[in-house]
Amino acid sequence: MIFGIAIASGSAAVTPPQLHAPDGFFSLPVALLMWVLTVAVLAVAVQRTNQRLDDRAVPLLGVMAAFIFAAQMFNFPVVAGSSGHLLGGVLAAVLLGPWAATLVMACVVAVQALVFQDGGLVSLGANIFNMGVVGTLGGYAVYRALVRLGGDRAGVRLPAAGIAGWLAVMAGALTTTLQLAASGSTELALALPPMLGFHLLIGIGEALITVAALSFIAVTRADLLRLGEPDGGAVAAGA
Amino acid sequence: MRTVRRHWWIAGLAIAALVVVILAPLASPDPDGLERVGGDVGFLDRAQDALYSIIPDYAVPGIDDPRLSTIAAGLIGVAIVFVLMIGLGRLLRRRRAT
Repeated sequence: MIFGIAIASGSAAVTPPQLHAPDGFFSLPVALLMWVLTVAVLAVAVQRTNQRLDDRAVPLLGVMAAFIFAAQMFNFPVVAGSSGHLLGGVLAAVLLGPWAATLVMACVVAVQALVFQDGGLVSLGANIFNMGVVGTLGGYAVYRALVRLGGDRAGVRLPAAGIAGWLAVMAGALTTTLQLAASGSTELALALPPMLGFHLLIGIGEALITVAALSFIAVTRADLLRLGEPDGGAVAAGA
Repeated sequence: MRTVRRHWWIAGLAIAALVVVILAPLASPDPDGLERVGGDVGFLDRAQDALYSIIPDYAVPGIDDPRLSTIAAGLIGVAIVFVLMIGLGRLLRRRRAT
């Protein structure tokens, strides 16, 4: 696929709704490096998930992937003729733990590229990394740190998840821009301010959806909120 | 495990389907953050066409009504990722000794 026929789209004026980075945004070395990093992280994610996935969490894996796929189709308007969509990695990580959530995100982004031509195949490693790895693992680490600091109660957990979701979007925007700059597609100083500027606002949408979804689950199925925690599986298994 | 709540995943899947049916057709047509900056800063024209096309742009080919086409594409996607993750989860789960 790397050596496949790549036809540069002639008319940039008529751009179809395309959300994820297509092939061509990243240079081949950058795209390959991101593929290697992503495959390495996914290998760890498979191993960790294999060690501790509670069988009660299996339906939740499917439901989270379904919800995130659906929610990512809904681009919400942001500002000045731009839009944003949910990533969902922190939401999935709070419910499933960071490693299973990474697998969910990789599945969603891969299906978007393979079946829906949303994001390129050469770019897929980078797209999974930017939207499904860095914010999911990093955001979950922030979430856990905030809960440890603030205390394990809903009044802390919900805002912590919101902050982590916002940071996940910013982290994804940052790594994407770094890859674009390393690819020679743009200059960092030129692209970073608007990328962070737009995603600062998109991240607010991410935070709101993450908090709303977790609140809904807290009301309807509060027990699911514990599955993703380091001791959550053991607690669930003993219940 | 409370057997009454064993099939809660059907409700979860229904919520995902509702998001597709109600919200996906209302999605903003404006470019998202990356695409917008790509247009402003000038790397958008580097975009290459996909190598092949199955359901491009979340519209099922052959369904003329754009709303229905988007909804059909979304439901197909929801079904695919659900089945894939259930399959992967079944492979990876830690079986409880009960």
